[in-house]
Amino acid sequence: MLKKKFGRLTFWKGVSVLIVIIGLYSLYIRFTKGLGASTNLSDFVPWGLWIGIDFIGVGLAAAGFTIAATAHIFHNHKYESIARPAILSAYIGYMMVVALLIIDLGKPEHFYHPLFMWNIHSVMFEITWCVICYSTILTIEFAPVVLEKYKFTKLIKIVKKITPAVVIMGVLFSTLHQSSFGSLYLIAPAKVYPLWYSSFLPVHFFISCIAAGLSMIILSAYLSARAFNQGLNIRILSGLGKGVLAVLVIELIFKFSELFSTGNASLLFTSSSETIFFWLEIFLGFIVPIWILTNPKYKVNRTGLYFASIFTISGFILNRMNVCVTSLVRSSGESYVPSFEEVGITLFLILVSIIAFKLVVENFQVFPKEESLPEAVVLTKETETKNLIYNE
Amino acid sequence: MSEHTLNIENQTGLLFDAAECIGCGNCYETCKKENNLPATNKDFLKDHLSDKTYTVVEEYSDTYARKMCMHCIEPACASVCPVGAFEKTEIGPVLYDEEKCIGCRYCMQACPHTIPRYEWGETSPGIKKCVLCYNRIKKGELTACAEACPVEATICGKLPELIAEAKRRIKENPGKYYQHIYGLEEAGGSNVLIISPVPFEQLGYSSKILKQSMPTYTMQAMEKIPTVVSVGGIFLTGMYWLTKRKNQVAREEHNAEEGK
Repeated sequence: MLKKKFGRLTFWKGVSVLIVIIGLYSLYIRFTKGLGASTNLSDFVPWGLWIGIDFIGVGLAAAGFTIAATAHIFHNHKYESIARPAILSAYIGYMMVVALLIIDLGKPEHFYHPLFMWNIHSVMFEITWCVICYSTILTIEFAPVVLEKYKFTKLIKIVKKITPAVVIMGVLFSTLHQSSFGSLYLIAPAKVYPLWYSSFLPVHFFISCIAAGLSMIILSAYLSARAFNQGLNIRILSGLGKGVLAVLVIELIFKFSELFSTGNASLLFTSSSETIFFWLEIFLGFIVPIWILTNPKYKVNRTGLYFASIFTISGFILNRMNVCVTSLVRSSGESYVPSFEEVGITLFLILVSIIAFKLVVENFQVFPKEESLPEAVVLTKETETKNLIYNE
Repeated sequence: MSEHTLNIENQTGLLFDAAECIGCGNCYETCKKENNLPATNKDFLKDHLSDKTYTVVEEYSDTYARKMCMHCIEPACASVCPVGAFEKTEIGPVLYDEEKCIGCRYCMQACPHTIPRYEWGETSPGIKKCVLCYNRIKKGELTACAEACPVEATICGKLPELIAEAKRRIKENPGKYYQHIYGLEEAGGSNVLIISPVPFEQLGYSSKILKQSMPTYTMQAMEKIPTVVSVGGIFLTGMYWLTKRKNQVAREEHNAEEGK
């Protein structure tokens, strides 16, 4: 048994080392030879895998603001215990996205320009500012975790006082830029395939990121339970499952009613690759998880919820890739497959994010320690400190 | 959007008449010279727009079509650029400032005519496209391509005059022209106008471009931001106090019951 565990560890270590080597090599090529040499982007496909990963990273980090709002604005105490892992994963997600955005810039040396050169009509400008502001907010939201370890009681009190206002601003900034990622494509009505183009694209992006964010919490709770022996109460998980279900049903109805009202419903029954990708997205990201989450047995079962979250996330990933790649292939007249370097840098950043998450969880009190105990009995020092932080 | 509505009376533009074009390639050659661009193809008819070619002449069964930046009246590129690297100048040309550019390539994604080209071969690439010979027309001269055209297929002038000329040509020769001026309304109108003997999609011009100016598509979403922020802020603050009070009341009732 020990040997088996050891074997699994070295396998993943081997993969990690390989990814690091490939990632560093790809970064070297990217910065010495330029975007043209390191990506498969072209004049007709100016955005590729990296932009898709940015959408996905930010979307999956939506749990940060969703849970912070549930716990600290709606005072739903049940979800307080997951606020920290949610905020941490959001924080790391944003750091990764910011890093990737800078790598993706043709002139990374000018990355600070939006701070000084403003164009308030640009969605990209708005997103840049929202991401900067929200990253600052995440720092404040996560600060207590670090501060309590080093017992900065005074600072914790200050953070505690401003927390409600900070969380409210965080929700507003998140709402704006999560939806604005969809707004980016509003200006290309003739380029984006009609199965995905909609004047409600920002609303679609906003709704779908909530389902993805909540699923991300379920998934990370499941994985953390395995990796760190720290997990979450099944009551919380199935509550999250209910949230995912509600959001998926709303988005599914919204999507189809819109397709039928705009007269694009006939595109659902063609044999084009767009139609196939669209149905794949609907099947993986909606039908399967909705089936699991309405099944009386699976919806209260850890493994059932785990699979539901995996399917929801897959559907979400497919949706974002469909919007930013599939939907544009026809109008651009060029197909696009990411290059070795694009994939290499992406995997490298994902690996760094996972390692960062692991390191923080191992060194700070991110997950609640005594999850199996009933809530009323848990009155350890940690929860006292937390009561101090959140005043609830 | 009022700041976008520049006075078109003073703006310079181009009219390209595909019915008159003889496919000599003078515009292509002179554009290369004017902008110090290297040769990219032995046969100019087979060349395509790139960071080293700002205009091309394409052959479609005996009809020739020029492709270049349309210099939109309300340019999508200028509206989407996060740092304002694009500027619609008062005299017409849409200009790009590489010193500001961060290289996000949103302009390329947004352009309805798919015109901006990128220096993919460079380590610090910028956008390249036709500048409507800004330095020449500023001095009241013609663009290099219009000056080089031997048959008045490309003419340079003030926008209102060009519109009148295009209308005159297609009206006086209804048999010779397809009855449409491309660029007059496409994407909200542009400083480059095109007339043709055949429908425009047959010459490789996009027929999907809508009449609405491109920035309005984004503005429909952007203008809702203040509402979202104020209504959202009030709603969330309200919910914060409400749920807090609710919990407080519940706790007090609970304590009172225990006190009995």
